[in-house]
Amino acid sequence: MSTTETRSTGGVSVTKQVSGKPRMTDKTRAEARLGWYLAGPAFVILVAVTGYPILQALYESLFSFRLTAPADREFIGLKNYGVILSDSLWWKALGNTAMITVVTVAVELVIGFALAMVMHKVLGWLRPIVRTAILIPYAVITVVSAYAWQYAFGLTTGFMNTVLGLGDYDVFAHKWSALAVICLSEIWKTTPFISLLLLAGLAQVPSDMTEAAKVDGATAWERLWKVTLPNMKASIMVALLFRALDAFRIFDNVYIMTNGAAGTETVSSLAYNQTISRLEIGLGSAVSVLLFVCVLAICFVAIKVFKVDLARARGEG
Amino acid sequence: MSTKEKTGWYVGALLIVLYAIVPVLYIVSMSFKSETALSDKQFFPSDWTWTNYSGIFAGNGSDLFLPALRNSIITCLVATLIAVVLAMFAAYAIARLNFPGKRIVLTSALAVAVFPVITMVTPLFNLWRQIGLYDTIPGLVIPYLALTLPISIWTMSAFFRGIPWDMEQAAQVDGATNWQAFRKVIVPLAAPGVFTTAIIAFFIAWNDFVFGISLTSTKAAQPVPAALSSFTGSSYFVQPTGAISAAAVIVTIPVVILALVFQRRIVAGLTNGAVKG
Repeated sequence: MSTTETRSTGGVSVTKQVSGKPRMTDKTRAEARLGWYLAGPAFVILVAVTGYPILQALYESLFSFRLTAPADREFIGLKNYGVILSDSLWWKALGNTAMITVVTVAVELVIGFALAMVMHKVLGWLRPIVRTAILIPYAVITVVSAYAWQYAFGLTTGFMNTVLGLGDYDVFAHKWSALAVICLSEIWKTTPFISLLLLAGLAQVPSDMTEAAKVDGATAWERLWKVTLPNMKASIMVALLFRALDAFRIFDNVYIMTNGAAGTETVSSLAYNQTISRLEIGLGSAVSVLLFVCVLAICFVAIKVFKVDLARARGEG
Repeated sequence: MSTKEKTGWYVGALLIVLYAIVPVLYIVSMSFKSETALSDKQFFPSDWTWTNYSGIFAGNGSDLFLPALRNSIITCLVATLIAVVLAMFAAYAIARLNFPGKRIVLTSALAVAVFPVITMVTPLFNLWRQIGLYDTIPGLVIPYLALTLPISIWTMSAFFRGIPWDMEQAAQVDGATNWQAFRKVIVPLAAPGVFTTAIIAFFIAWNDFVFGISLTSTKAAQPVPAALSSFTGSSYFVQPTGAISAAAVIVTIPVVILALVFQRRIVAGLTNGAVKG
């Protein structure tokens, strides 16, 4: 059996074939042992805290199991999955989650890029102020931001209905307006993260290339599309993937603002409601497993179809 | 850059500042409104009052809020400490040593970082109830490691790659052991990265809501975000808007101060961890 091993030494990657049992000198063997002594505990905990739950969820999802009637626990194979996949509630929740993911990530990419450009260009005393301001939404916990947006749009508490001229329209009683506010609060809270990643990407665009394009008479718009963006492709893709995976797990905003009412259920809130509110462990586990499968699918599509190369984007060459 | 262009960027900068602070200002202003003014639909209160704050610190809200604040502080500090110590050793190994499986450690950290937390809730809810960890602080610290450990490993290994490791070898040539060289030379150089990592990990733990509402039920372990969602008003018919706003401001103050004081480091930490790894 042969394995390919890539190791980087001081920025240079050496790929070598290790056939059969690798021959190691005492020094490399000691180094490997020390490496695992040091990294082992963190690795074991990482695997244990997520590996155990996913395996347990897989197992529980094969049972008909309600905590209120534990004696009736019964092995039913894949029936729970059948129940969920044939229920319109699941498809609605999946649709909402997909919609929230696409909308928030798309809007965040545009706003985040604009914020990154401003942070990149503004110099002097204003720069630290802008950088600090942008960290405020990042630092504010999601629940607090959800309350702020809920109160701002609330029928009895909010000023937004007056500002937008909506009168007595109850934003949270209607599906699309409720989802819009959920998206708004998600966008407000997480755009800073995407814009900081894009700012780091902007810093990696070679300035002599933009200068050369300028000398050649390219307009600002052409420089953006032909020089800046192509050079930032790796960091844009990484930012997109990270935010998409994060948005797909959306829960806090939904729980606070509507708790899934008015047809705003997402995959995470569906899993939560099955398990914690209804104590349907079997069904809840199956929803959790399906959510996990969706996240895997997003990763797979990003890496295989869009060729997001995390290692390259992370400067590992 | 022309003056016109410059002015444009400066206007953009002011817009960013407004974007960032308006929702926060609104919750602050709500927290200073009296019970009757809460429904006046104004941005700023017409008369400022401390009632909401005295309610959560000394009044009938304090019974729920103060234990929750204590729980949040203890849980997040312990989870941050464990994650940072473990990640420090792992990041040292990743940045400094050649060992088979280095990529596996980094890849699994990445996988755990994108793992849907709600998937952990069902099995843990069940197991914690069976083994007595439900509604306890350790029962919250353990799942918090799934949140804090991955980002700590990535952020810190990015910092550690920038450390001039030759200095450690020089110390070893001078007769220091591996451990001495690590402790005396590398630890002081690594301290800023470790500190930044700790702040970011703390932010992440402080932000948790899913575990808080699923794995706790009483003031024995319930953290602030979960407690916020279970506030009740002065009577069942009054919405606890004022109390929630005041409590929201209190949990926001420490993290915003940390963000203001350490903005440079946090920006570096977040971008290094995500872009350079």
